[in-house]
Amino acid sequence: MTIAQAPAQVDTGFLKRVEALSHESIRTCYYCLKCTAGCPTAFAMDYGPAQVLKLTQLGRKETLLRSSAIWLCVGCETCWTRCPNGISAGHVMDTLKQIALAEGYAPGERKVFVLHRQYLQSIRLFGRVHELSMLALYKLLSGDLFTDLDLGARLFLKGKIPILPERNRGIKQIQRLFQKKSRGSP
Amino acid sequence: MKYAYYPGCTLHSTAIEYGWSTEAVCEALDMELVELEDWNCCGASSAHALDHRLALTLPTRDLMQAQPLGLDLVMPCAACYSRIAAADDRIRADDAWREEMEIEFQAKYTGEVKPRTLLDVLANDLDIQELQHKVKQPLRGLRTVDYYGCLLIRPPELTQRWDDPEHPVLMNRLLEALGAEPVAWSYVVECCGASLALNRADVVTRLSARIVEGANEAGADCIVCACPLCQANLDSRQKGLERKVPVLYITELLGVALNLPNRTKWFAKHLVDPRPLLRAKGLG
Repeated sequence: MTIAQAPAQVDTGFLKRVEALSHESIRTCYYCLKCTAGCPTAFAMDYGPAQVLKLTQLGRKETLLRSSAIWLCVGCETCWTRCPNGISAGHVMDTLKQIALAEGYAPGERKVFVLHRQYLQSIRLFGRVHELSMLALYKLLSGDLFTDLDLGARLFLKGKIPILPERNRGIKQIQRLFQKKSRGSP
Repeated sequence: MKYAYYPGCTLHSTAIEYGWSTEAVCEALDMELVELEDWNCCGASSAHALDHRLALTLPTRDLMQAQPLGLDLVMPCAACYSRIAAADDRIRADDAWREEMEIEFQAKYTGEVKPRTLLDVLANDLDIQELQHKVKQPLRGLRTVDYYGCLLIRPPELTQRWDDPEHPVLMNRLLEALGAEPVAWSYVVECCGASLALNRADVVTRLSARIVEGANEAGADCIVCACPLCQANLDSRQKGLERKVPVLYITELLGVALNLPNRTKWFAKHLVDPRPLLRAKGLG
């Protein structure tokens, strides 16, 4: 980890803000590293989960909001299950993603962000996810046209990717949920 | 036994064989599933990644729909289960939020709907001896490894420890009752990489291929799981592996043991075809 890049920009109110939004007591982390040791995607992250908690304690907002780590967390909750202080680093990662978006930071893993956005778009349109249109739009918008195209074709031929979407009768109510902003959103 | 049923999006698409086998097995075991009429997507990883509020309101709509049925709500998918349990947990923990949701959905929250995952119901509600009596075709000689992955049993704050979060045992107890031979291995609760399958295939291939190799090292004939995303990731990331391992849903093996009809239709949906293995064991 490269914490020693000078001069570090420090936001002294950041810890309190992330704690309030994530409902996690980040200050109780004493860096035992169980979360990082168990994290399945830590090997691909620029900062492991324990480092993300430490950087939050230190108010290193810029570093965190530009990191890839917050986008590579898959929310498996291994960290929460094993943390001696009951902290979900996953919840903290989610909060940091949402602050990054609210403040206009470019996502550290753009393709991850684009997929999440298209997934939610699919729910907003139909109420249930329609893989075919969601994946087609994701491919176009991410620019990643060819990865796993053969796999997608095999699943399609197996009849596992329906052509037509399923729609909810209560789609209006679902769309209303999309219009409300998070309470105390970042 | 009667349950409210939330299939979730994947059980109508990429995990259609999990949907079919779930419905067939529950019918055969006299477990009535009452599907929520207008269930919506739980929001999955994407809602909790991008919008805290939606991550709670989308599954709350499903919870509220289940309330008039007065039954436990059963979800085969681990991710749906986790999201709906998280929404329920938040309503219980936060009175102001509960009131907001009651206004949003114009219904009182009763707290009587218990979100449960299908494997919990199969392992904890079925009488094992009764189940053994119903087995028509014991899975003799079938060496299995139990794969739980992450959200099926984690975090214990949400799962209420229906099975142990680090060393779960109930799936093997079920498999033993069916006559299978569970073998020990080290990847029971490792994560497959989940939703990164679509945008960081490199990460998921590394994680999932390792798990499949682990099954090979343990000498297993097949991996048994109870989550659509686990199955899809393990089933689809075996390119280049010397020995491919079929990845079956627990409901599919129940279907074999109960000798249910139409099951070749389920197996035809797999990428690593389990039919040669089942035939070789005399379970075709």
